[in-house]
Amino acid sequence: MANRPLSPHLQIWKWGPHMAVSILHRATGDGMALIGLGVLVWWLVSMASGQAAYDNFTGWMWADLGALEWSGAAIATSLIKVLLKIVTIGLSWAFFTHLMSGLRHFVLDIGAGYELNTNKMWSILSPVIAILLTAGFWALILLR
Amino acid sequence: MGNGTSIGKVRGLGSSHHGAHHWLLQRFTAVGNVVLMGWLVASFVLLPDLSYATVVDWIASPVSATAMVLLVISTFWHARMGLQVLIEDYVQDSGTKFGLFALLNIAAFGGGALAIFSVASLALGGAA
Repeated sequence: MANRPLSPHLQIWKWGPHMAVSILHRATGDGMALIGLGVLVWWLVSMASGQAAYDNFTGWMWADLGALEWSGAAIATSLIKVLLKIVTIGLSWAFFTHLMSGLRHFVLDIGAGYELNTNKMWSILSPVIAILLTAGFWALILLR
Repeated sequence: MGNGTSIGKVRGLGSSHHGAHHWLLQRFTAVGNVVLMGWLVASFVLLPDLSYATVVDWIASPVSATAMVLLVISTFWHARMGLQVLIEDYVQDSGTKFGLFALLNIAAFGGGALAIFSVASLALGGAA
């Protein structure tokens, strides 16, 4: 029994980069579908609802961390605002990650990139390039 | 499924050139997403700031408004299909699956309509 190949269950697979990039593609895609599109709709609706609504949106999704209060009941609000700022940055990371793994899928769809070393290389490079793009995006936004 | 005729047995099951429909649409909308999200990311970077006055002025122009409406359609369509596959993969009970598909359709069409209406109201000068 001991030397037989094991059945393919999630628990007993040895993790490889191609598996990680696959589940990352699903997680970032469905994460953006469930959370990102909600934020997109909130952003557009707040824009159409006037200055006060727009300021409310940016106040929640991109709070000024220095101006947050950390006493009494305000602690809960401040914690949520810190969390939402991470969500905003996380959504940009999810976008670039899904973009890179999606472009990888386009290449695989035409039948290319299945050689073991090539496949492994792009499985590792896709999420790494995505992190660099995320960093570059925020550098351009915050340093302008 | 038909009543046993050979065409009825295969229609809609993949061998009558419809099997790749969902797969192809996922790719077509993905191409749209690459182009339109590329435009949105470039806009974020190129706008002088993301203040209310700046973004409202930007979204109200005909090209921006059209691109944003197309972006909403492409991303919501793509997301709806992606979440459909998620449900198909992980939800076994057919009743729960039916309910989730109904919820998914309401969320996708409702959210998309709200987003498009907001862009249209900004573009047509109806902003508060």
